[in-house]
Amino acid sequence: MRISADQGRCLGAGQCVLSAPDRFDQSELGLVEVLDPEVPEGDEKRFRDILDLCPSQALSLEA
Amino acid sequence: MTLLPEYPQARGCPFQPASGYADYEPVSKVRLYNGREVWAVTGHAEARQVLLDPGTYSSDRVHPHYPALAPRFESARKVRNFIGMDPPEHTVQRRMLLSSFTVKKTNALRPRIQTLVDGLIDEIEAKGPVADLVPDFALPVPSIVICELLGVPYADHAFFEHQSRRVVTGSTTLEESADAFAQLKAYLDDLIQRKQREPGDGLLDTLIAEQVGTGGLTRAELVDIALLLLVAGHETTASAIALGVVTLLEHPDQLAALRSDPRLLPTAVEELLRFMAIADGIARFATADADLAGHRVRAGDGVVVVIATANRDGEAFPSPAAFAVDRGARHHVSFGHGVHQCIGQNLARAEMEIALGTLFRRLPGLRLARDLADLPIKEAGGVQGVWELPVTW
Ligand code: HEM
Ligand code: SF4
Repeated sequence: MRISADQGRCLGAGQCVLSAPDRFDQSELGLVEVLDPEVPEGDEKRFRDILDLCPSQALSLEA
Repeated sequence: MTLLPEYPQARGCPFQPASGYADYEPVSKVRLYNGREVWAVTGHAEARQVLLDPGTYSSDRVHPHYPALAPRFESARKVRNFIGMDPPEHTVQRRMLLSSFTVKKTNALRPRIQTLVDGLIDEIEAKGPVADLVPDFALPVPSIVICELLGVPYADHAFFEHQSRRVVTGSTTLEESADAFAQLKAYLDDLIQRKQREPGDGLLDTLIAEQVGTGGLTRAELVDIALLLLVAGHETTASAIALGVVTLLEHPDQLAALRSDPRLLPTAVEELLRFMAIADGIARFATADADLAGHRVRAGDGVVVVIATANRDGEAFPSPAAFAVDRGARHHVSFGHGVHQCIGQNLARAEMEIALGTLFRRLPGLRLARDLADLPIKEAGGVQGVWELPVTW
């Protein structure tokens, strides 16, 4: 699975950066940037929980 | 006919939800101070459902259907900024500010916050016990930080702290809150005009240059945004720091756990945020008919999302009434959820971590100088917390 981010929805709360600073960053404008989209097998639950914290539903997992 | 239960209700203990909320159903009708009947949403899943759907549940605070949880909300209908707007209007204003509130930017403020906190504790130690931690510690930390961030002179703090209190306190009357809003607007309008002549290097100066200068915002719009940032930026966090001290002192086993492992500080702050629910509840109104947990909500109905109970929902948080510094749960709704989720949340986290961590490290014998039951609790319908916090060490 891969993480997909929609900058059009992001409102810069930074929940993703707090949860996984190795995976997410924020651009100069304060919008999400995915540093590494690969979700290793077995880690899907952890990432679903992280994605669920995003208040603007900007993040999803894709096959 | 029996009267509906009221919302909001005063807390009996400053860090526990009002006991009367226990009688509410997950979604049920309640009565506001002015007699209006609105839906109270107390469950965590239902709270998120409402907050994630601004298309159905509007934040338009100017609209007559927007429910006033206390008289001050009637005066707030004259203030228009993004906390009280729906997308897409909301999004345009919020995006103007995002670059100043990223995790990286707020982390860069940490050394400055640390210096500030250390200086205030030096003064508290020099004066000796008893200290009132509200004016001596909890209020100046966020107040100085938001002043420096915005470019507002801290020398004016007595004025804007007083006026801010009048606009966030549940018991403030309509006249008092209208006067306080008018005074804050006049003050900020004057400040912004001065900055237009002599630019400084705060966020307000950036917004003047990037938005007012280019037609992105009018000066009046910037005044209303500045008002939101100044008020939201200090009163809430000040309450959270003071009540955080109380909550930790009243849970000595949890305080001991935190002391023995300072790496727990971020999760402890997260748990404080969940447990205390400084913002007791937030309002919306339905713009269309909708189903909410089996109830038929009609267009025009008011809705209040009760943060204090959503954060204690056993479906979302096991043993919800327990205060556990190692819980490690961040899905509370203390900063709201959805597009309006607090823009200052990472700044608030940084201030709480540094203020609480440093205070308990430097004053290891810290204790209340008055019984918990005798601490004056903030009124229902506003930011929650304590008015005074006398301590000794
Ligand atoms: C512990 C401290 C804080 C708490 C509990 C808190 C709580 C909240 C809540 C519940 C909301 C959502 C309101 C809604 O959905 O209608 C919110 C929004 C907001 N907060 Fe905070 N806040 C805190 C600190 C701060 C700080 C330090 C700032 C600094 C500037 C700030 C600025 C804002 C702004 C501008 C909004 C509106 C965001 C929007 O509508 O998009 N808050 N806050
Ligand atoms: S959590 Fe969501 S809204 Fe917040 S920065 Fe990440 S993607 Fe954007």
